[in-house]
Amino acid sequence: MTGIVSYAPYLPLYRLSRAEIGRAWGTGGKGEKAVAAHDEDSLTMAVAAAQACLKKVDTARVDALFFASTTAPYMEKQCAATIAAVLNMPTSTYTCDFGGSLRCGTNALRAAVDAVNAGSARNVLVCIADCRLGMPNGGNEMAFGDGAAAYLIGSEGVVASIDSMYTMSDEIIDVFRSDRERYVKTWEVRFVRDDGHGRVVPQAIRAALEKSGQSLDTFAKVVMYSPDARQLASVTKMLKLDPERVQNTYFNEFGDTGSPQVLISLAAALESASPGDKMLVVSYGNGSDVLTLTATDGIASAKPSRGMDYYLNTKLQVPTYEKYLRWRRIVELEPPATAPLEQPSPVALWRDNKSGLDLHGVKCKVCGTPQYPAQRVCMECGAKDNFEDYSFSDKPAVLATFSHDRLGASIDPPTTVAAVDFEGGGRITIDMTDRDPEEVRIGMPIEMVFRILRYVGGFYTYWWKARPKRD
Amino acid sequence: MDGIKDRVAIIGMGCSKFGENWDKSADDMIVDSVYEAYEDAGIDPKDIQAAWLGTYVTEWTGQMLSRALKLDYIPVTRVENACATGSDALRNACYAVASGACDIALAVGVEKLKDSGYSGLPDFELFRRQQNTYRTRTYSPPGHFAMMATKYFDRYGLSPEEGKRIIGQIAVKNHHNGALAPKAHFQSEVTLEKVLAAPMVAWPLGLFDCCGVSDGAAAAIVTRADMAKNFRPDPIYLKALQIAVGPYEGYMNPKFDWTHVEETVRAGERAYAEAGIKNPREEISIAEVHDCFTITELVIMEDLKFSERGKAPEDVESGFFTLEGGLPVNTDGGLKCFGHPIGASGLRMMYEVYKQLQGKADKRQVKNPKLGLTHNLGGTPATASVSVIIAGNEKG
Repeated sequence: MTGIVSYAPYLPLYRLSRAEIGRAWGTGGKGEKAVAAHDEDSLTMAVAAAQACLKKVDTARVDALFFASTTAPYMEKQCAATIAAVLNMPTSTYTCDFGGSLRCGTNALRAAVDAVNAGSARNVLVCIADCRLGMPNGGNEMAFGDGAAAYLIGSEGVVASIDSMYTMSDEIIDVFRSDRERYVKTWEVRFVRDDGHGRVVPQAIRAALEKSGQSLDTFAKVVMYSPDARQLASVTKMLKLDPERVQNTYFNEFGDTGSPQVLISLAAALESASPGDKMLVVSYGNGSDVLTLTATDGIASAKPSRGMDYYLNTKLQVPTYEKYLRWRRIVELEPPATAPLEQPSPVALWRDNKSGLDLHGVKCKVCGTPQYPAQRVCMECGAKDNFEDYSFSDKPAVLATFSHDRLGASIDPPTTVAAVDFEGGGRITIDMTDRDPEEVRIGMPIEMVFRILRYVGGFYTYWWKARPKRD
Repeated sequence: MDGIKDRVAIIGMGCSKFGENWDKSADDMIVDSVYEAYEDAGIDPKDIQAAWLGTYVTEWTGQMLSRALKLDYIPVTRVENACATGSDALRNACYAVASGACDIALAVGVEKLKDSGYSGLPDFELFRRQQNTYRTRTYSPPGHFAMMATKYFDRYGLSPEEGKRIIGQIAVKNHHNGALAPKAHFQSEVTLEKVLAAPMVAWPLGLFDCCGVSDGAAAAIVTRADMAKNFRPDPIYLKALQIAVGPYEGYMNPKFDWTHVEETVRAGERAYAEAGIKNPREEISIAEVHDCFTITELVIMEDLKFSERGKAPEDVESGFFTLEGGLPVNTDGGLKCFGHPIGASGLRMMYEVYKQLQGKADKRQVKNPKLGLTHNLGGTPATASVSVIIAGNEKG
C-alpha cells in the first residue's frame, strides 16, 4: 500500500487579532490569524514543516521533494532545489515545484502517490506552504493566514494509506492573482461561495464516492478546504454531514492558510485518528482533488511532537496592525540613516551552500572541537585541513549573551543579537527571531530556524536564526 | 628581543578640533594638526623623511597625505587597523626610526565621518561581509558591545539598573573632563540622571553610554631618542608599542566569556613587559583608553590590570579613575566626550598623554605624571585589534 509515512503541520508563531485589524479600519473582527514573521516566507515555512516531518525518518530514504505554493518566492528559480539543499539531500533527488491554485498541495500529493506506485520514487517529501496577501481593509486581509505542512509519501511504514484519488477540473475566475498583482482578488462573495466552492466541492465528493463505491458515513473525518467557517458549515449542511465528523479548519485560530489548509486540517485529523479510521480529504481551486485514506495500526506513532495542541497554544501576538503592515512591506517606511544593505555574491553563496544553507560546520579530527563556520585551521589546536562535517541545526543550545540593538539595520528594530552555545561544543553569534525582547534571558534554551536573511539584488539570501525553544 | 623602550621619542604633536566639523575637509584637518606638530617640534616640513597616514574609511593610499601637505616625494604609507589605526601609524613611524631607516618620521591620523549623513558609522556592512555571503548577525558597534554589558552584569550579580548606574558614572566622569579640554567635541557636563534617562540604543546601553561620531585629525613627529634633546628639552620617550589582533574567537568559541577582551589583556601584558612595568595600577600615572562605550572602559580597567577582575565597579564608585583619583583615566574626555574620528583617535590619546607628561594639560593637569598609557580597541569584545602604547617623560 502507498500512503502517508510521516506528516507535520507548521504555523508561524505570531497571531494578529482580527479585532486589531478592525481597530485600524473602524470595523470589527473575530478570532485571529497566523502571520508569518518578517523573515519567513513560503520556502522557510516549508523547510520548518519538512524538518518536523523528517524528525524520525532517515533522510537517505527520501528520493523526491515536491514544493507546492501559490506564493513561491521565485517565479523562476526552483524552490524545491533550495529546500533539498537545506535538508542536505543528494543531487539525485527529484525536485519539483507545484503551484497555480489552492489545490496545488493535493496535486503534489497525488503526483507523489503516482510516483511511488509507478516505482519512480521510493519516498516523496511533499511540502506545502502559503503566505497570501489580501488588500488592506478588505475581507481577504481579515481571512487569510500563513502556514505550511509536510507529508512523506511512500510504501513502507505507511501510517495512513491513500486508497483512492479522484479529481475534477473546473474553469472559473473566482479567487485569483495574476502575475501583475501582489494581492489575491476575489469576485463577488456570493458567486465565489455558491458557484465556486459551494458548487464544486459537493459535486466532486459525490462523484468521488460514486466512483469508489463508498458512502459519506464511511468516514470518521471529512477534511475539506473552506475559505471560512461559515462556508464550511454551509457545505456540511448541504451534504447532510454530522458536524462532529467534519474537521475543524481553525479559521478563527489560524485563518485561511490557502494551499496548506486542507493538509494542516488533515494533520489535526490524523493525530486523533484510530487504526482503521477512514478520512475523506477534499481540496478546492479550479476544481477539486478528493482523496480517501485509512489510518493503519502505526498511526499513533507518527503523531508529530508539535501538533495542534502546540500550535494552538504557542503563540505571540503581533502587537499592532501597523507592525503587520511593516512586516509585509505593505507601506513604505522612511529608511534609517545608516549604510544601505549590500548585495551578497551568488558565487560566494554557492561556495557556502553546505555550510550556510544547511548550518553545517566542522569538527576537528585532532582535538574534537566543533566550529562554525567551517574552518581550514582549527581555532583550538591549529590543525590544518583535518576536519569532519558537523551539523549544528539539530543540536540543543542555550543563550550565552545578547543585546536588543536599535541601531543595526532591520526591517523592524530592535534586533536581538545573540551568542548561542551548542551542546557538544561550538558557538554561533547570530540574530534572534520569534521573540518578545522582554522574555529574553541568558541561559534560555534555543533552537535554530531557517529564515530569510536579506533580499538585495533581486534574490533572497537565506540563512539561520536563533529563537527561544518553547517545548 | 630588545623592544622599543627608550629608543624613540616624540618631539612634536598636533591635534585639530574634534567634532562635527562641517566646515573642514579631511585635508583641512590634516594641515591644521600637522602644522601644529611642526611648530611644536620646531622643524621645517622638509625635515620629515618618511610618513605614515592612519585612516579607516576616509580615503585609500598615503597619497592623501602627500597631496594635502605637498610632501616632497618622500615615502608615505597608509595604515589601517580599525580603531587602532592612529596608534598603528605611530607604531610604524617609531619602528622606522628605531630601525635606522630614517631619523625623523611623521605619523598622522585623520577621519572625516560627518559628510556621510549617517547616524553611526558607515562600516556596518563591512563587518557583515562574511566572505561576501553576508551570512552573519546584524551588526552595530553598540549592539555588540552591549552583549558584553549584558554578560558582565549577569556574571557579577548586578541588576540592569545597578549595572547602568556604574557605567553611567564613567560617562559623567568623561564629560566632566572633556569640558576642560577646548578641542573636545562636547564641551558640556552631563548628570547621572540624564545618562540613566537617555533612550536605549542597544539594550542595556543608552544614548550616553555610546560615544558619538566625530571628525578630526592628530599628528606626531618622532625621532631617535639620542637626537630628541636637539629639538626640545622635554621629549616624550616611547616605552612600549604593542598590538594584539585576535583570531575571531569570541564569536565562535564558547570559551570566550564576554566579560573581558582577550586582545587588551595580551597587548597590555606585552606592553608592561616591554616597558618593565610590574604594577600597572601603581606605576601608570594616566591612561587614555578606548571608551567607545561606557561598558568598554569598565572592562578595560580590569583587562589592563588597573582593577582586579570584577572589581572595576568599586573603583569607579570610589572615584579612583577621576582627575583627582589614584589613576586618572581619559583626562581629556575620552572618545565619549573628545570624540572618535577613528583614524585619529590613537594619536589624539597620545597627544593628551604627551601634554600631561610635559605639564601642559592646563585645567586637566595631573600631579607629576611619569608614565602614560594609551589603549585602542578596534572591533568588538569578541574580536579586535588592540593597541597598548606606553610613554614616559624620563629615560630609564
